[in-house]
Amino acid sequence: MSTQVPEGEAEGESADAEAEVDESSPHQQRRMNEKRARAEQRELTREAEAAAAEADDTVLLKVFRYDPEVEGKEEPRFDDFHVPFEKGMTVLDALIHARDNYDPSLTFRHSCRQAVCGSDAMFVNGKQRLCCKTQIADLERPVRVEPLPHQEVVKDLVVDMQHFYDQMEAVEPYFQTDELPEGELEEQRQSRENREKIKMSTRCIWCGACMSSCNVAAGDNEYLGPAAINKAYRFYMDEREGGDLKEHRMTVLEQEHGVWRCQTQFSCTDVCPKDIPLTEHIQELKREAVKSNLKFW
Amino acid sequence: MHEHDVIVVGAGGAGLRAAIAAQEEGADVAIVTKLHPVRSHTGAAEGGINAALREGDDWELHAYDTMKGSDYLGDAPAIETLAQDAPDDVIKLEHWGMPFSREDDGRVSQRPFGGLSFPRTTYAGAETGHHLLHTMYEQVVKRGITVYDEWYVSELAVTDEPDPSERSCHGCVAYDVKTGAVEGFKARKGVILATGGLGQAFDHTTNAVSCTGDGQAMAYRAGAPMEDMEFVQFHPTTLPSTGVLISEGVRGEGGILYNEAGERFMFEHGYANNDGELASRDVVSRAELTEVKEGRGIEDEYVHLDMRHLGEERITDRLENILHLAEDFEGVDGLEEPMPVKPGQHYEMGGIETDENGQTCVSGLYAAGECACVSVHGSNRLGGNALPELIVFGKRAGRHAAGADLGEAKISTGETDDAEVGEVDTPVDPGAVEAPGEDVVADGGAAVADADAVVERTAEQERQRVEGLIEKDDGVNHAEIRSRLQDAMTEYVNVFRNEDGLKKALEIIRECREDYQDVVVTDPSRTFNTDLQQTIETRNLIDVAEAITLGALARDEFRGAHWRQEHQERKDDEWLKHTLLAWNGGDPELYYKPVILEGENETYEPKDRSY
Repeated sequence: MSTQVPEGEAEGESADAEAEVDESSPHQQRRMNEKRARAEQRELTREAEAAAAEADDTVLLKVFRYDPEVEGKEEPRFDDFHVPFEKGMTVLDALIHARDNYDPSLTFRHSCRQAVCGSDAMFVNGKQRLCCKTQIADLERPVRVEPLPHQEVVKDLVVDMQHFYDQMEAVEPYFQTDELPEGELEEQRQSRENREKIKMSTRCIWCGACMSSCNVAAGDNEYLGPAAINKAYRFYMDEREGGDLKEHRMTVLEQEHGVWRCQTQFSCTDVCPKDIPLTEHIQELKREAVKSNLKFW
Repeated sequence: MHEHDVIVVGAGGAGLRAAIAAQEEGADVAIVTKLHPVRSHTGAAEGGINAALREGDDWELHAYDTMKGSDYLGDAPAIETLAQDAPDDVIKLEHWGMPFSREDDGRVSQRPFGGLSFPRTTYAGAETGHHLLHTMYEQVVKRGITVYDEWYVSELAVTDEPDPSERSCHGCVAYDVKTGAVEGFKARKGVILATGGLGQAFDHTTNAVSCTGDGQAMAYRAGAPMEDMEFVQFHPTTLPSTGVLISEGVRGEGGILYNEAGERFMFEHGYANNDGELASRDVVSRAELTEVKEGRGIEDEYVHLDMRHLGEERITDRLENILHLAEDFEGVDGLEEPMPVKPGQHYEMGGIETDENGQTCVSGLYAAGECACVSVHGSNRLGGNALPELIVFGKRAGRHAAGADLGEAKISTGETDDAEVGEVDTPVDPGAVEAPGEDVVADGGAAVADADAVVERTAEQERQRVEGLIEKDDGVNHAEIRSRLQDAMTEYVNVFRNEDGLKKALEIIRECREDYQDVVVTDPSRTFNTDLQQTIETRNLIDVAEAITLGALARDEFRGAHWRQEHQERKDDEWLKHTLLAWNGGDPELYYKPVILEGENETYEPKDRSY
């Protein structure tokens, strides 16, 4: 399914919508009854939310919800969460607050909180961003949070990353060399310039924002995509890999769904949370491809 | 049931290295991890990897610095193994293509770090862990090692002999986060725990949300003792609002700490007259908090770390990542202004007791990396010594589990004859809330020895546990329990500790345990149920928090990272020994074993640790 749901269809009632639907299986029925019996507790939660809404500064999050096996969430919808705003609050902080205080079933990936694990790339106010490094203060409100477009949604804000991983692994994403120095504790030499050359490309955290933003990848499922091509760039440009490997890597990059698919729209570069000049790297590889083809004439 | 020779739990630096090593030894190896490997928290390590690579340096100096840094609580065989193996293992990373920072001659750069007598910290910018993690994952892809990603290991499959040293680990049980399916994983040769830290037991931590002490707690309940858990490192330079780490590399490159009055307090107030900002981490953390306590902190909370004088070129070259972190998470431009910093939980020196080959006292159960305690770091870890620990002991555990002969270990595990019984006066009973004997491991009815049956039985118990949690309709949410636990740990088991506070913490931990009996998973879904996962993690956090606090209460001395208000000196006559806690079927038992100070060529003599 796509997350690009027309607004009218997707807007749900409220965070409590899940509790209002009629559920069928005996277990779910029992749950429902129990839940109704616990109206008081729900009331408390609502009051907490309402109080938050009345507080001086709250931020309204409109969050995409979907769960294939829970009635009421099988149809995608948006839930509203009113989260008390604090200075320095990120979109991830707000999601955590909503989950821990209002709805424990709100589901999203996150781990390091510092933009290095790459777990929490989402579609925030219409753009792929890393939630942990996106300040609420920099966003228009309400803040709309959706899963990364162009990927299967597993549940709520979680997408299936398998295709992204498959593409990454399709470019032989590992260092290869025929010869290593023989002396004890002898490292391969690398010039500072060459290290600098590959530096930006090695910063990739596999968040998938670039792939999700790319129109070409959306239309061609076999396209390697910006992250995988950047990974290949990182090895292609590394002077420690030998010349034979460059040729080998170029055959991978030059295939039908490789570098030539890129239409230089810069959307990947625009969303990359690590500021990797992805489009430039792809262009540079295209130039290398031309050069290596000329060599064979 | 899945079946492999070696199963590695966790895919950070230690887990990936263990898997590669086991495969090189010919084993069929699989990694089971609750994240995808590249999401592991090793990726957040910034500073570097200590290794004696250059002329003028040698492994013995590295070992000496590490022993001194440990405040003489590290075991010499572990420390010397680390110092001896690190150079080869660092060069191996270079041969695998890791993008180290370079000198003009093209060789790998090294920089000074706190507590080191030689600039032996190799690094890759201020994002060394990221490059280490990705380089090793690349090798895992290259070798086609099986990875079960987003599978959460919730329990170990261990036989149930009364004496843990007679038990065998035959595998583990995990559930597929995506579908909720609970399955057994049989390990023909061994299970290696490489689950990392436990920082989420604290409120202010540099650790990821995933660092929940899973491996420690599972091993503890399965019979492997927790060693030296009271030694928790608080990193002196974390951002006040989030706990995000600012690398020691900043001070290594010449960064300076100032208090509110603009005094360079490490020197001006005499905390470390020789090494100043580059004193050991525990020394700097206490200095900062003392400044704040005595009214010289900024906004009564933090101090300033200034690197502006290093110049833009040097900062961009070696510490660029720090600029991004300070800007994104604190709104500060490190080129224009000093960065606010305060101590935050960073690293657990203690962990699952292992020998230098990664083996625990439970046959077939290994541990490596932060979840383990070999013990290399003793009472205080030096900066730059965590990453070499991952690669050295990850490698050794992987090789040994796969059947390689690494020689007999010098470190003993389990409750041996030289164990000294310990006592600690607790205000409430620690351990399981249910009566001892009803614990998962101890409760098996008839003894089951067949490996398949042990794994199947554990899987069935876990299925029932998961069903029970999801089906339950009324109770407390884990988030509430977790947050109370974190607050208590940060309030009472922090940098400064005293008896009353530690006892108070034990009482709160007990309440958390009791409340956990009523914990409920609200999300009814089997699909990607993070509510369920965090609920199970919270139980692990309670176990490890209690172990830390019990150790802290028992150890009435001041050593390394463990400071006690009533006991302001290091008591070598009494305390040159490791604290061990055995789960003992839910009724924790405290005992001690002596530190090993006899090295290969010398016996380390405890000296005053001044910097």
